[in-house]
Amino acid sequence: MRRLAWAIPTLIFVTFLVYIALRIGTDPVASYKRINPRASKAKIAQYIEVNGLDPNFVRGYFRWLGNFVTLDWPRSIKGSREVWPQLKDALANTIRLGVAASSVGIVIGLGLGVFAALRPGGRRDVAVNTAAFVGISIPPYVSAILFQLFFAVYWSRWFGSTLFPTSGVYPPGQLGFDLSLMLKHMVLPTFVVAIQIIAVYSRYMRSSLLDVLNSEYMRTARSKGISEARVLFRHGLRNALIPVVTIAALDVGAIVGGLIITENVFSYPGMGKYFLSAFGEGDFPLLMPWMVIIVASTLFFNLLADISYAWLDPRIRLD
Amino acid sequence: MAYNRFVGHRAAVVSVFVMSMLVIFVALSPFTARYGVNEAVQAPPNYFLSPRAIAWLGTDDIGRDLYSRLIYGVRVSLIIGIFSGLISVAIGCLIGAVAGFRGGRFDDVIMRVTDLFLAFPFLVTLLVMRNMIGGISWLKPITGELNSVRFIIVLFAIFGWMGVARIVRGQVLALKEREFIEAARAVGASRWYIVRRHLLPNSIGPIMVALTFSVVSAIISESTLAFFGYGPQAGDGATSLGILVGQAKGAVNTGFWHLALFPCLTLVVIALSINFIGDALRDATDPRLQRDS
Repeated sequence: MRRLAWAIPTLIFVTFLVYIALRIGTDPVASYKRINPRASKAKIAQYIEVNGLDPNFVRGYFRWLGNFVTLDWPRSIKGSREVWPQLKDALANTIRLGVAASSVGIVIGLGLGVFAALRPGGRRDVAVNTAAFVGISIPPYVSAILFQLFFAVYWSRWFGSTLFPTSGVYPPGQLGFDLSLMLKHMVLPTFVVAIQIIAVYSRYMRSSLLDVLNSEYMRTARSKGISEARVLFRHGLRNALIPVVTIAALDVGAIVGGLIITENVFSYPGMGKYFLSAFGEGDFPLLMPWMVIIVASTLFFNLLADISYAWLDPRIRLD
Repeated sequence: MAYNRFVGHRAAVVSVFVMSMLVIFVALSPFTARYGVNEAVQAPPNYFLSPRAIAWLGTDDIGRDLYSRLIYGVRVSLIIGIFSGLISVAIGCLIGAVAGFRGGRFDDVIMRVTDLFLAFPFLVTLLVMRNMIGGISWLKPITGELNSVRFIIVLFAIFGWMGVARIVRGQVLALKEREFIEAARAVGASRWYIVRRHLLPNSIGPIMVALTFSVVSAIISESTLAFFGYGPQAGDGATSLGILVGQAKGAVNTGFWHLALFPCLTLVVIALSINFIGDALRDATDPRLQRDS
């Protein structure tokens, strides 16, 4: 509970740092003038006012915070569009991709980890370990490029039609909802992100399960005459998952990072593409809410990691 | 014994061989590269050639030899990796050792900051910090221009120390309760002396591992930045691995496979080799590990 109470001040403090970093880094007023070269003095003054771009950082931040909390969000500097509809779409797309990739990645990764840990030092252990190492060493954009090259360009050259599309959520011109098209567009980005997750989790799971398998209570369980499968699932896996769950929650930052890169290569309209285009233009009104969402979700998952750790392992008590 | 263990890691031995070949090739770049970094291959239609005798790995959109450009690119990337790796390890050792040894408020603050930075998506932090540091005018004499290689090295050094500091701190925390440290303190050694003569030398294993990982993460980060157009632009057609991988993005849909495949493979081979070396170093220097698997 004490941690929960700390989350709000931390959020405010970190967004304040982000605010300063963006103020210095992107120079919002200059980018506004660059995008809207013919803006009148009054317009510029109004822009400074609603975004809290006061020369005094502290006063400006609280001005911005006030507007943000009361949902009086300033419009984007390019085209003066409302921020929330864009952000909402981007968020939905990213969550969909992230959930798909994490579930695929975690299921396969944990499976491979167990598979490797059952015969440590055996051939399949070595194979899984090496594959995981290769997976960790491949940055997502490299695998994305190679996937595109193979599944889109060369597949259509060899077999006549592309296997999976490589950009967007729908083909150009598509209106409305179409599940199969949407899933087809998600296959490649999902696997690009999942490769990283698989590589990391299979290693965690392997070492965690090995620790558990060598422990005393496993020997006790076996000596009681319980079947091997039951020993493995009831005693082994359950305990091996404790550290892995914690790492899973802490790793969300890395997954989001992978998503940002992947979305850009596949022109997938999610948070990553939103961020890079807004950042490239120095679009302060678009950037700040994005940052708040990222900071809040990072803090949330960190909290979740702590709580789940204490909940899963009764030996640990939170102060 | 550590040496024997390292040699027992077969993938690492291969990696050391690959990396030394690469370094030799890159160091001798005036001889090993067949063309200048910005020099076009002399053949009438010289753009987008597939691999052939006059250009082993093909040519790019304005007819430059990809093989030669890869050598020059890897040179820039290795310089960035090694220098920012060394600087971050130096800073990280110092801060980590002090934080672990003194504990208290300093330790709390440092570790909080580290946790905070390491929790966020790396690319976002990197981009925002890049612009912020570039926007502070009095830092210019240290960092140089926003697009220069020096700026990238400084930027990665500012980030890189955190992971190292965390590792060194953990090591120092484990070591400082040991008898020999107590003995040193009992004979009146100063704190600085203990850190310098006992703690750091005894942490050399983890520090070496941290060094390999910060080199590889600097190389990959450089590629990532360059991939999105925020990397170093050294001018005069000079290149880096990241710039070459970034060009691959444009080459995919037109189907010039060599432009996509070779830079990507080079990057993966470098990352994989350094990772293997680091892994073997960790196994070799970790005294708790038995040589069984």
